[in-house]
Amino acid sequence: MINRFLRITLTLAGLALLYPSAGSAETPMPIIHEPEGVGVECVEPEEVMRRDHMNFILHQRDETMHKGIRSSKYSFAECIDCHVQPDENGNIASYKSEEHFCNSCHEYAAVSIDCFDCHADRPQKFIKRDGNSASLQHELQQMLSANEDMGGKLK
Amino acid sequence: MSDTVNHSRRSFLEKSIAVGTVTIAPGILLHQVASAKPDDQAVTDSVRWGMLINTNKCEQGCTDCIDACNAEHGLVGNGRPETDTQYIRKVTLRDKLTGHELSLPLMCQHCETAPCVDVCPTGASFQRKDGIALVDKHICIGCRYCMMACPYKARSFVHESVTNQTLSAPRGKGTVESCTLCVHRVDKDQIPACVEACSEGEHDAFMFGDLNDPNSDISKELEKHGGKQLRADLQLNTAVRYQGI
Repeated sequence: MINRFLRITLTLAGLALLYPSAGSAETPMPIIHEPEGVGVECVEPEEVMRRDHMNFILHQRDETMHKGIRSSKYSFAECIDCHVQPDENGNIASYKSEEHFCNSCHEYAAVSIDCFDCHADRPQKFIKRDGNSASLQHELQQMLSANEDMGGKLK
Repeated sequence: MSDTVNHSRRSFLEKSIAVGTVTIAPGILLHQVASAKPDDQAVTDSVRWGMLINTNKCEQGCTDCIDACNAEHGLVGNGRPETDTQYIRKVTLRDKLTGHELSLPLMCQHCETAPCVDVCPTGASFQRKDGIALVDKHICIGCRYCMMACPYKARSFVHESVTNQTLSAPRGKGTVESCTLCVHRVDKDQIPACVEACSEGEHDAFMFGDLNDPNSDISKELEKHGGKQLRADLQLNTAVRYQGI
C-alpha cells in the first residue's frame, strides 16, 4: 500500500517536472519556410509527406540510379523545384540555414541529412555556375540578345 | 545485387534474340530495334551504349569536349590539377620512330568486364544493364579501390566540398566519380555533351550509339572501318573505341 502511494506520488512529481507550470506555452513548433503560390498540390497529402517523404525518395533514388527509371511520381528534384524559392530580396537560403525548407524542420527535429552534400539545394535556374562554363556564356548571350530586343534598357 | 550484369546470361540472351529475330510477315521483325526506352521502364541489356572516336579528326589543343563536360556536370577546378576532377582528359600520343603525334580524349571506357565493378567492396561501383558504368554515390565509401583498378585512370576522387552542383550531376566530397556517358541525357534520348560539343565545333570526331544494334551508325562504321580498344590486351571489351591509333 505504501509502495503504491509512493509510486503515485513519484509519478505526479515527474509529471510536475515535465510541465513546470500549467500556464506556460508548449514547445514551439518549427517555422516552416515554404513559398506560397508555387506549383499546385504536392504529390501526396501533407500528413503523408511529413511521415513518409524519406521512404518515397529513397525508393525513387535506387530506381533512377540503377534502373534509369525517371518517371517517378516522387522526384527529389521536383521537391526542391517547388519548395525552395527566393525570398522577396531574391536570395535563396542555403541548405545549412534554418530558412531553407528542408532544414527548417530537420533542424527542429535534430535529424541531420546529407542529401545536399551532393545534390543541389535549389532549383536549377537559381544555380550559379562557373564563369567559364559554356552554359553560363550561353545564358549571358541570351540575356544580351533579350536586352537588345528590349531596346537596350538593361545596363 | 540483382541488377548486376550476368555475362553468360547476356550472351545466352543475345543468341536467343538472334534466333528469335524472324519475320512474321514481310517487313515486320519480331526483334525490336533498340532506341531510348520509355521513362517508366528499366534499362535493359538489349542496348549497349558506346562511343567511337576518330583521332584523326581530334585537334590537338582543342578542349571543346572537356569544356562541355565540365559545364554539363558542374566540374569546377580548385587550381590543383593533380586532384581536380576530370571526366575527360586529352592525351597526346607520340610515335618515337616517326615523331607522329596524335591527340585523343580519354574517359571512362565503360568496359563490359569492368575492373572498377569487380573491386568495389560496397557495390557502389556498378554497371547498368545497358553497359554504362557508374558510381552510386549513396553507397560509395570513398575507398578508391576502383581508381586503382582502372587501367585508364578514368576516375577521380572528390577531395573538397562541392557547392553549386548541377541538378543532373550530384557530386560531393568523399566519393569517387567518372564519366557517366551523360546517363541523364541518354535516358532522355539525347547524346552525351562531349559528342554534341564536338559536332557543334564541326570536328565530328565522336560518334555515339547502340553497339548492339547492327543498323546503328556506330555499328556500321565499326563494321566498315573498325575501331580499336585501348589496352585491348586486357580483354575488357570497352564501349569506347578509337580509330586512327
